[in-house]
Amino acid sequence: MELTLWTYEGPPHVGAMRIASSMKDIHYVLHAPQGDTYADLLFTMIERRGQRPPVTYTTFQARDLGGDTAELVKKNIKEAVERFKPKTLLVGESCTAELIQDQPGALAKGMGFDMPIVNLELPAYSKKENWGASETFYQLTRTLLKEKVSSSEKISPQRWKELGRRPKVNILGPSLLGFRCRDDVIEIQRILSEQGIDTNVVAPLGASPEDIERLLDAEINICLYKEIAEASCEWLRRNFGMAYTSTIPIGIKNTIEFINEVHNKLDLPMTNKEELEHKSKLPWYSKSVDSNYLTGKRVFIFGDGTHAITAAKIAKEELGFEVVGLGTYSREMARQVRATAKDLNLEALITNNYLEVEDAMKITAPELVLGTQMERHSAKRLGIPCAVISTPMHVQDVPARYSPQMGWEGANVIFDDWVHPLMMGLEEHLIDMFKHDFEFVDGHQSHLGHTSTSSEECLKSDVKKEKNNKEEIIWTESGRAELTKVPFFVRGKVKTNTEKYAIMKGIPEINDETLYDAKAYFN
Amino acid sequence: MSKVEFNKETGPREVFCGLTSIVWLHRRMPDAFFLVVGSRTCAHLIQSAAGVMIFAEPRFGTAILEEKDLAGLADAHEELDRVVNDLIARRPEIKTLFLVGSCPSEVIKLDLATVAEKLNKRFLGQVRFVNYSGSGIETTFTQGEDGALKALIPLMESSDEEKLLLVGTLANNVEDRFKKIFKNLGILNIESFPPRQSTELPKIGKNTKVLLTQPYLSDTVRDLKHRGCEIISAPFPLGIEGSSEWFLAGARAFKISEFKVHEIITPLINRAKIALESHKEILKGKRLFLLPESQLEISLARFLHNECEMNLIEVGTPYLNKDLMKEEINLLPDNTKIVEGQHVEKQLDRVRESNPDLVVCGMGLANPLEAEGISTKWSIEMVFSPIHGIDQAADLAGLFSKPLRRNQILTSKTLVTH
Repeated sequence: MELTLWTYEGPPHVGAMRIASSMKDIHYVLHAPQGDTYADLLFTMIERRGQRPPVTYTTFQARDLGGDTAELVKKNIKEAVERFKPKTLLVGESCTAELIQDQPGALAKGMGFDMPIVNLELPAYSKKENWGASETFYQLTRTLLKEKVSSSEKISPQRWKELGRRPKVNILGPSLLGFRCRDDVIEIQRILSEQGIDTNVVAPLGASPEDIERLLDAEINICLYKEIAEASCEWLRRNFGMAYTSTIPIGIKNTIEFINEVHNKLDLPMTNKEELEHKSKLPWYSKSVDSNYLTGKRVFIFGDGTHAITAAKIAKEELGFEVVGLGTYSREMARQVRATAKDLNLEALITNNYLEVEDAMKITAPELVLGTQMERHSAKRLGIPCAVISTPMHVQDVPARYSPQMGWEGANVIFDDWVHPLMMGLEEHLIDMFKHDFEFVDGHQSHLGHTSTSSEECLKSDVKKEKNNKEEIIWTESGRAELTKVPFFVRGKVKTNTEKYAIMKGIPEINDETLYDAKAYFN
Repeated sequence: MSKVEFNKETGPREVFCGLTSIVWLHRRMPDAFFLVVGSRTCAHLIQSAAGVMIFAEPRFGTAILEEKDLAGLADAHEELDRVVNDLIARRPEIKTLFLVGSCPSEVIKLDLATVAEKLNKRFLGQVRFVNYSGSGIETTFTQGEDGALKALIPLMESSDEEKLLLVGTLANNVEDRFKKIFKNLGILNIESFPPRQSTELPKIGKNTKVLLTQPYLSDTVRDLKHRGCEIISAPFPLGIEGSSEWFLAGARAFKISEFKVHEIITPLINRAKIALESHKEILKGKRLFLLPESQLEISLARFLHNECEMNLIEVGTPYLNKDLMKEEINLLPDNTKIVEGQHVEKQLDRVRESNPDLVVCGMGLANPLEAEGISTKWSIEMVFSPIHGIDQAADLAGLFSKPLRRNQILTSKTLVTH
């Protein structure tokens, strides 16, 4: 049993709903009590969808449990098929139905329908949303393509040459309630098309069962979100020899690497290699002098596997930040996140507990947090700027404007979204220059409204700490005076560092000189 | 009652379960914690319905059952014990801890009553434990509050002191208004249940006169009756009419003259009627379809018809207690169609066929209906907004006139091009 105040991921059947709702001509009969219908609002309110998710809930009640819940399941399946006429039917159960073991999938298969039926067994007490989405997409792909397994020859990535046409790829993984998927798909298709590569099928987002049956018309698969599509890509590789990409095209370097990987797999020569560097404004914006102040900014990263790993790369290699923390709630991608963290000399934080993430944020004292909406809230409490890079979805993560994370435009969006929460370079420079002017009063804030630590609060909390820690550190008059001259946005850090230094050196009283000693030491 | 048409419907439903009521109950009693014993679905439901992220550490959470808990029940009890210990160590300010049963905990027959009893002994004098079920196999949305209140009744001491007890969660400002008005009427001993602090439970007994503020408290009413309380029969205090009748019924129970009540509420009524006018202008003659969710539907239908002159197409309710709703049903116009229960697909067919001007529905259905060109009002707002009482009548009407007004604004051309 695990105490949870808030969870990054929903249950696995919500993952299945994401796949069903992303697609056309599919219906999902979910054996579940009435309360589970809340999940519809994730799609209709958060994603602002104008259609209900294609889901029928059996909504069994306590009084049904004494009787025949299996009959109830069959009645609902029959009604759903008659009303919605799906081309493929998904059948599954939520956590409560799993306990009563009606086996709705088996019941559906015995009802004599001629459409394909996918029996979803998603263990609700051990798995979560992304796993459920991945498993559903995999089971669906497998069900619709299994008849072709024995007859098919392995698909050569270079088959397009023999066929005398442009190479074709599938884009797999984008789904509803996925972070900026809607726009990533457009961006990636645009990039591929510029390279002379056609998109065969995008799935699950916008695909029909017929589209899934057409997957084999492509030469390779683009695995856009490993959380959702890796299992399906791997099955297609094993059974049909279809190669799939492993680079996630988020950030300039990754996007270029992604384009290279696709070309290599297809054996397609690159024609415009030099142009690629100039497709996005990020490299120049990052290089321009105003961005000097970004150098070494301490950044803490937490999100799903895909976005956390790519964010670390962009932060370190494209913006010149220092990554001071990296973690994910995606247990399925823990291995990759740990590896990336190791490259950064960090230990990855793998957790589903947001309070642990908040604690890690406090300890690492970053200047910028890249996280989920929950980290945005935690960062706000801690007075740290934050940009959201990952699900779980919030209505703000479905912006009206075109706003991808992937590709060239994605890199532009990322530059703006990450840098704007920080004080602008010039602004910071000016504040530094004029900090001793009388106009520069405590509480001066940038237009972004960061919480400041006023000097009084700063010293008050200090007294408390002294008592608590029994560390006999005293701030002298001159020490306090000097501390108030430090701009508010770094004052907390200066204070902690100076105290740390004083303890380390066994200095009982902090005066103005101690501040400068500490400053020199930590520089 | 014969003038109203009663129907029952069964089939797939689209409603919240009783766990959702934790969202307003925890705000009412800030010294209480609600611990759901359930699945990840339960946790996800509450956070999705409540937009939980605004809380640093919310006063509710879920002890999520895992596979190993399902393997042996003894383990589950021990595990729950451990979770509760951790929680109390972390949150020493908690005075009452509600153990809330869910669909999975009910199905595996986890005995929360026994767990609560054991914990009560261990934490005697520090934290009180009560248990109830908010499971979706037994309860719908607001019925969760019914369960929570019922669970508190055994903790309420007995007293034969004469008092007026207002039962059902109210917004604090509304509660204050009600108390002030009753005091002006001469009723001085007034308490509320649930109270603002979980530890300040009112004493009850044979001279306790109960006036319900919410229509969904069937089980609570039954247990209060068992404790000797007198239940005052009245419509619910929604709108001018309902609130006036409610005040009158309360006053009658304390033998206060009707004249005195009118003297005090007439200025409020006159004021409220003026405020209501602009909303009535928009709502008048418009056709209304209420889908079942909160059990407030019948009272809302009565208000929107009698005071705002809307026409009622269908009034859905998840559950109908004809006895409790007697006074409300008497005030409904002839031939009102009440539908208890739901077959969401058939009901939506009826919505489309009847082409209403406004549909009151849950959040899962609102945007899809809007996309079809049908204006909606989500029902969950009714339980979060201060809507009770004469003073709030215009605000209540405003919840329904706003979507229509917005639609008018967005579809009309009012500024000329210069």
